[in-house]
Amino acid sequence: MFYYLDQAATTALYPEALKAMMPYLTEAYGNPSSQHPKGQEAARALIMAREQAARALSVHPSEITFTGGGSESDNQALITGAHIGAQKGKRHLISTVMEHHAVLHSLRRLKEEGFEVTLLPISKDGFVSPESVKKALRPDTALVSVMAANNEIGTIQPIEAIGTLCHEKGVLFHTDAVQGAAHMDLDFTKGVIDMASFSAHKFHGPKGVGILYARQGIELESLIEGGAQERGKRAGTENIPAIVGMAAALEKAMQEKAAESARIRSLKERLRKKLLALKGVRQNGALSPSLPGTLNITFDSAPSEALLPLLGMDGICVSAGSACASGSPEPSHVLLALGLSAKQARSSIRFSLGADLDEKDIDTIAEIVIGHVTALRNLHHADQ
Amino acid sequence: MKALIAMSGGVDSSVAAKLMLDQGYECVGCTMKLYNNPDAGCSSKTCCSIRDVEDARSVAVRLGMPYFVFNYMDEFRRDVMETFARSYTLGKTPNPCIDCNKFLKFGALYERAKELGCDTIVTGHYARIRKRNGCYELLRAKDPKKDQSYVLYNLTQEQLAHTQFPLGDYEKTHTREIAEESGFINSHKPDSQDICFVPNGTYTEAVQRILSYEPQPGPFLTLDGKEIGTHKGIIYYTIGQHKKLGLPQPDGPLYVIAIDPKKNAVIVGPSQTLFRRDAAVKEANWISGKVPDAPFACLVKVRYRQEAQPAIVTPTGSDTFSILFDEPQRAITPGQSAVLYGLGDETDVVIGGGILQ
Repeated sequence: MFYYLDQAATTALYPEALKAMMPYLTEAYGNPSSQHPKGQEAARALIMAREQAARALSVHPSEITFTGGGSESDNQALITGAHIGAQKGKRHLISTVMEHHAVLHSLRRLKEEGFEVTLLPISKDGFVSPESVKKALRPDTALVSVMAANNEIGTIQPIEAIGTLCHEKGVLFHTDAVQGAAHMDLDFTKGVIDMASFSAHKFHGPKGVGILYARQGIELESLIEGGAQERGKRAGTENIPAIVGMAAALEKAMQEKAAESARIRSLKERLRKKLLALKGVRQNGALSPSLPGTLNITFDSAPSEALLPLLGMDGICVSAGSACASGSPEPSHVLLALGLSAKQARSSIRFSLGADLDEKDIDTIAEIVIGHVTALRNLHHADQ
Repeated sequence: MKALIAMSGGVDSSVAAKLMLDQGYECVGCTMKLYNNPDAGCSSKTCCSIRDVEDARSVAVRLGMPYFVFNYMDEFRRDVMETFARSYTLGKTPNPCIDCNKFLKFGALYERAKELGCDTIVTGHYARIRKRNGCYELLRAKDPKKDQSYVLYNLTQEQLAHTQFPLGDYEKTHTREIAEESGFINSHKPDSQDICFVPNGTYTEAVQRILSYEPQPGPFLTLDGKEIGTHKGIIYYTIGQHKKLGLPQPDGPLYVIAIDPKKNAVIVGPSQTLFRRDAAVKEANWISGKVPDAPFACLVKVRYRQEAQPAIVTPTGSDTFSILFDEPQRAITPGQSAVLYGLGDETDVVIGGGILQ
């Protein structure tokens, strides 16, 4: 028996997405660049998928570029934005301390190229303020990148206000929408978002595929040299099954968003109340506005490096912070930015709930978590 | 019975994991992340040990055991790297593996094992544990070439009761055979040689990096206090060193006899002045948990790769003792450990040990 509360790490594939993919994993194996019927069959799938994804996001199909996932989209967006600015002599970039490493490490690389980077702080409840962006904007600012929702604490950022500020100053605005995509409203019609990154497996699509939205008029810089696929913005034969699956998943996710969000939020609230009833427990990041399913909790004196395996043995799948290459389980940079001590950050667990749970599951989960936290505390108490 | 296996990604701990499974233990594998590349002086930003973590994970997957990475970078820096570096700046030559075993593998990780409900902690060390008359004993490995009991003398009775060294009865060649038969990804991985956080063996660079320490040149003194040259800084020297002194030696070869951190001086003399019969030891641990109440005869190693030598040991306090060797010993080096072994039928038995002053 498993309780999966790690939706922020990845999600299960929608059956509809799998069904849409199957023909392209089997008989419809053509290369969309080929001129023969098999190729045309694949080319058609690619066009349909692009239109389906564009409809789901209310954007134009030409604004959708398929990539190898969220990290690649982030990399390409930042490099594109920085280099467009540099052509006009603008070499200053603004982002926040709580971004995903795909953004932070791209910025580090751009810094090595000679760009100047300002990383804005976040408030104690996990928000970046439009005022701080306003203050940081300079005549030579090329790009601002602020995530739509944080992957570790779930707080939803005021990206519309920030995008508007950027546009008043003629500065490009990118948002990493990987976590937010399926759970919040993203409005591309107002034209304040220039680029946005998406990852299919966060909304019940397949892994290894994503979208980089780029507003018409923005010329993406290709990271991969080769053929002219994706209008020359990403070389390499298109991953047709994954792209088709992503489009199907995105459509369904957008349809179910409103109904599922409410249900998931009420489950989160139930879990939150039960866990906070324990002493020495604190919630990280504000509840509103936040993603419906993400709940980050610090359990004093219960190191997550011990709690995670213990919960895993009982079938509870959760994470301590983001699930990056587990070679480096360092305290979360997001929690540290909120002002937590390293010790507190290392005693924190991220629960990210999905629609597959019910209230009875939540009660069971809360009971197991509280049991392990209490046992760990007693053990440490006995040692002292 | 549940065992926590400390897996370095090397062949020894991988085989240790397999042997525990074969014995019917429920096993949990883990790797301790101890440092990042910049700490170890590597230029790459990714962590040195990612390759090792991948290897350990691959073995754990093959064996079907859950596997975790635990972060002990803060503890390792504080309890091992900084102690190591400070010891050099005091003119000593430390052995950081001993501290790592004491504070990390059988300290912090032992606590983690308890948290996870594991009653046994397992490492790939070549040493043996035996219970006799209600008391746990630490013994040398069966394979004398691989014996690692020297770096384990700080184990307590409680730790020994909850520790297993499955490789204690194995020869290294046999260990590799098991790894190969099991199809482990690391079966041909070379044994680790240097200190893990000093991968290229340049200790002096490590000391400067860890403590932001600037070596200060100072005098080379003869035994009667005459200044005969200038050294580069005391961290560049160890007792018994003859090469790279850069001194005129008209009366025969000179060796480092002592290092005086207060005067920032390196004392040199002829070979015969390196030999001493006596030594004092601090931070001692007695495996039995009891301080012996009288002087006793035993065999003593004052460095890892050395035959144990006969001596009389006299406890001088709760965690100190003195040693009087039967024969003068060359280059007894402060910072290294003296480890005591039994006599006669007991030459495999570790009695205790401590740090040479």
